Amino acid sequence: MGDMNLIGASVKRKEDYRFLTGAGTYTDDVVLPQQTYAVFVRSPHAHAKLRAVRTDAAKKAPGVVGVFTGADTAAVGGLPCGWLITSKDGTPMKEPAHPILAKEKVRHVGDPVAIVIAETYAQARDAAELVDVDYEVLPAAVDVRDAVKPGAPAVHAEAPDNKCYVWGHGDAAAVDKAFKAAHHVTKLEFANNRLIPNAIEPRAANAVYSRADDSYTLYVANQNPHVERLLMTAFVLGLPEHKVRVVAPDVGGGFGSKIFLYAEDVVLTWASKQVNRPVKWTAERSESFMTDAHGRDHYTVAELALDKDGRFLAMRVHTLANLGAYLSTFASSVPTILYATLLAGQYTTPAIYAEVTGVFTNTTPVDAYRGAGRPEATYVVERLVETAARDLKMDPAEIRRRNFIRSFPYATPVGLTYDTGNYEKTLDAVLKLADVAGYAKRKEESAKKGLLRGIGYSCYIEACGLAPSNIAGALGARAGLFEAGEVRVHPTGKVTIFTGSHSHGQGHETTFAQVVADRLGIPIEDVDIQHGDTGKILFGMGTYGSRSLAVGGTAIVKALDKVVNKGKKIAAHLMEAAEADIEFKNGFFQVAGTDKKKAFAEIALTAYVPHNYPLDKLEPGLNENAFYDPTNFTYPAGSYVCEVEVDPETGVVRIDRFSAVDDFGNIVNPMIVEGQVHGGLAQGIGQALLEGCRYDPETGQLLTGTYQDYAMPRADDLPAYQVGTEKTPCTHNPLGVKGCGEAGAIGSPAAVMNAITDALGVRDVPMPATPQTVWRAIQAKR
Amino acid sequence: MYQFNYHKPASLADAAAALAKNPDAKALGGGQSLIASMKLRLSQPSDLVDLSGIAELRGIKADGGGVTIGAMTRHAEVAASAEVKKAIPALAALAAGIGDRMVRNMGTLGGSLANNDPAADYPAAVLGLGATVNTNKRKIPADQFFKGMYETALEAGEIITSVTFPAPKKAAYVKFRNPASRYALVGVFVADTAGGPRVAVTGAGPGVFRVPEMEKALAAKFSPESVAGVKVKADGLNSDLHASAEYRAHLVTVMAKRAVAAAG
Ligand SMILES: Cc1cc2nc3c(=O)[nH]c(=O)nc-3n(C[C@H](O)[C@H](O)[C@H](O)COP(=O)(O)OP(=O)(O)OC[C@H]3O[C@@H](n4cnc5c(N)ncnc54)[C@H](O)[C@@H]3O)c2cc1C
Repeated sequence: MGDMNLIGASVKRKEDYRFLTGAGTYTDDVVLPQQTYAVFVRSPHAHAKLRAVRTDAAKKAPGVVGVFTGADTAAVGGLPCGWLITSKDGTPMKEPAHPILAKEKVRHVGDPVAIVIAETYAQARDAAELVDVDYEVLPAAVDVRDAVKPGAPAVHAEAPDNKCYVWGHGDAAAVDKAFKAAHHVTKLEFANNRLIPNAIEPRAANAVYSRADDSYTLYVANQNPHVERLLMTAFVLGLPEHKVRVVAPDVGGGFGSKIFLYAEDVVLTWASKQVNRPVKWTAERSESFMTDAHGRDHYTVAELALDKDGRFLAMRVHTLANLGAYLSTFASSVPTILYATLLAGQYTTPAIYAEVTGVFTNTTPVDAYRGAGRPEATYVVERLVETAARDLKMDPAEIRRRNFIRSFPYATPVGLTYDTGNYEKTLDAVLKLADVAGYAKRKEESAKKGLLRGIGYSCYIEACGLAPSNIAGALGARAGLFEAGEVRVHPTGKVTIFTGSHSHGQGHETTFAQVVADRLGIPIEDVDIQHGDTGKILFGMGTYGSRSLAVGGTAIVKALDKVVNKGKKIAAHLMEAAEADIEFKNGFFQVAGTDKKKAFAEIALTAYVPHNYPLDKLEPGLNENAFYDPTNFTYPAGSYVCEVEVDPETGVVRIDRFSAVDDFGNIVNPMIVEGQVHGGLAQGIGQALLEGCRYDPETGQLLTGTYQDYAMPRADDLPAYQVGTEKTPCTHNPLGVKGCGEAGAIGSPAAVMNAITDALGVRDVPMPATPQTVWRAIQAKR
Repeated sequence: MYQFNYHKPASLADAAAALAKNPDAKALGGGQSLIASMKLRLSQPSDLVDLSGIAELRGIKADGGGVTIGAMTRHAEVAASAEVKKAIPALAALAAGIGDRMVRNMGTLGGSLANNDPAADYPAAVLGLGATVNTNKRKIPADQFFKGMYETALEAGEIITSVTFPAPKKAAYVKFRNPASRYALVGVFVADTAGGPRVAVTGAGPGVFRVPEMEKALAAKFSPESVAGVKVKADGLNSDLHASAEYRAHLVTVMAKRAVAAAG
């Protein structure tokens, strides 16, 4: 519509001045009059009975304002789970109570037992040490494979064998039949390693109660403040929704871990009324390790049936998914709906069956983490496909080509309908970018240095733009998944956008402003993006699942369309023309075929100073909002190639080259998209090479509870990426965009592990492929 | 962190007096180990005696072909020192590879040695070069200083003042980093010294140790092949999430070979 050429321009991020000069406002920066500080007393045991929680000494400690335990919060409801999964026998999943402070039992290291509130943080910390908890330590269920064995310690009495659900998806009979007739079956068995999110800003919250109007305000590091408010008021505290305001100010990274409603948020809100003072809590890094919802943690047996030409006939997948000690907000859906539905990948595999057992263990709850289910699915598919190519002595690119989906829309056997894509083109592009033709020569060069070189591919697909509410609802979602947006045109023609999407690093303040400025034909400086405050934003489902531009951006576009339509009516009146003759272009309302025109700002002013205005037919003002519920998911897809060099003497893996070609549909800001790809790749490579959350298998103690033991990727662990894009615009949103936030984390682990197994000439190496793990794989082969 | 009293004496004598006054008082070097453990409430000194105001504990002096480095000299200063680079380039390189830039700007030689973390780098250089640890009370030869995990020959309240490093004919330090902490999983310092070749290993065991078999082999011929076949026993070596004792034992040989090659 507009023609400012802002779509597709690498506009520098508007928000970076604020961030780089330390002018951001994070939750911990919010200090309120009469502020108090909270510390949580947490279980040091993975599993124990609470015999007694004695708080007398703590209550008498200097500066203490309040100490509360599970007994004090007995009347408060438990934390809800937002997605109902139904077992294959038709029974609903087990939903044991998730108290905000532990009641009879503690179920993981870090489970909160009491909150201590004091005048200063140091006083709260000192007093917390005086809370005397009498634990009766119980045996713990830790590893998923052990937890489902008969006789394993029961995390919840109501979940026999620690099973939350046993969920089946796809046509098991058709799959069995295809396997019987298969020429070859490739089978792999592996874990998808548990990850700890590690957002740079730890979780934090600050709750304040106002006696004046019986209302609450909660500042919280969160990705979706309206959902937080809805869950907290309607399901836990029973407070009137309109009396609670949730503000998620600047947030320093989420990666999924800040989607969820956490116990601390609820306890603080509740306690703020008890002490009638604002109560603030900021997690220490050690608390983040123990209590931010973790990611992944699957144990999977996967099989692929092929004919003699390498065509995929069927896939069968059995997964044990660790859910941790309690059901976190979206825990149940991640290893089911967001996982099994992606097992077709980019291929025409006609029959697929997946069975997923959700397992409770005495570990931190597990929930969505960048990619959420889709990295696990891609890992299964792409490790199987690459291994099958090796089994059949086929070129790994060729086996993929033979099985690519080529006509769209395409309905997979696992319930999704891909609207568009061109997988072969993407693969061709990455083969070129990666200089696969020169690989043999590079392998020789490595061999001369005594190093083993390997190459690995990964062609991923993801379902993003979550989600059509009706489809999600049919699959068990207990919430809608639309997005809301509001366009407020000020009298001077400046524009404020209110979006239900939440930016915690993604650059929405720039990307969304580009879309608005482009559509309205106004300078980008005239557009401001507001988000993260239920007191300002009409509604929102928030940011996760690479949905912001595809869903939140579309809601804004719909509201912009309404603004332009109203503007046309005003312009028609001013220029005494028929509304149908008014065109809006380059920031001007113009009578078609004439040079009569009015600038956008003139129309805005007229709307607010309606002296010459069709008041009989039209309201004054220029402010519109829209809700948008997508009709389908979006399907970003891409092809990655990784080349590694392994030092056989030490087991050290160095990624020499990593090439990624993604199809995100249309791209608004290529620089931001590339940044998202780089970040995603770093996380995926982190999963493949470095990151692995480990618990003591007997005691359930977290062994990787600090950066001394949990390895985050650093810049020098990562190669200089080669990235490129291909484009098949999404067919069902007006921007033609698909989403790019998770792709790198989804596609890369399989590419890295395919390269390592190629270098070593072994079938599998567990993630993370640390030097010791790789060295052992080399020793085992010898 | 718990509350503590803070002192910043200007002389060694005042520092020693302040430390002597209270059994729970501790010297503060760069704080890179001590403050971190206090923040985690793992350590609770009653008093901190900050050594950073004592001029005589700082600085690097060329010393009969070798160097003497003040205990409060920061890792970054050692890494950048022309004297050190000239006399013992391997020592400057070792200092440049400790932790990150912030740690190197704060952490001190004396603090690192007094702390004697089993994975710290400096102990390998001190033992590998046969250096002498000077304190406010005595001179302690390297072979008598390190006593195993976090243990040293220092008495309560004794302050390291400097370390004297003799210059070797050649030397090199090669470390294999822990992928998470980046401390040495195994670090090997080899030196051809006036008294013969020395091989000191950090990270692998409960404390820094020498490998006499390797030293003997190097005395016969100072070349990578001499140590390539010398295996150390896994028994008694550290074993954790990141590396089993067997893997560490294997890495000692590989790193020793690479260190000898790097020493030239
Ligand atoms: C993120 C990080 C990474 C690190 N990586 C590495 C690494 O790769 N390799 C490595 O070797 N180290 C590493 N360190 C440790 C670092 O080198 C520290 O500087 C060192 O361990 C302690 O030195 P300090 O001066 O900070 O001592 P402090 O922390 O101040 O003190 C440590 C101990 O020594 C005592 N002490 C201090 N000075 C003296 C003195 N002159 N006489 C007697 N006692 C004294 C103190 O009382 C205390 O008990 C790392 C540290 C951090 C935080």
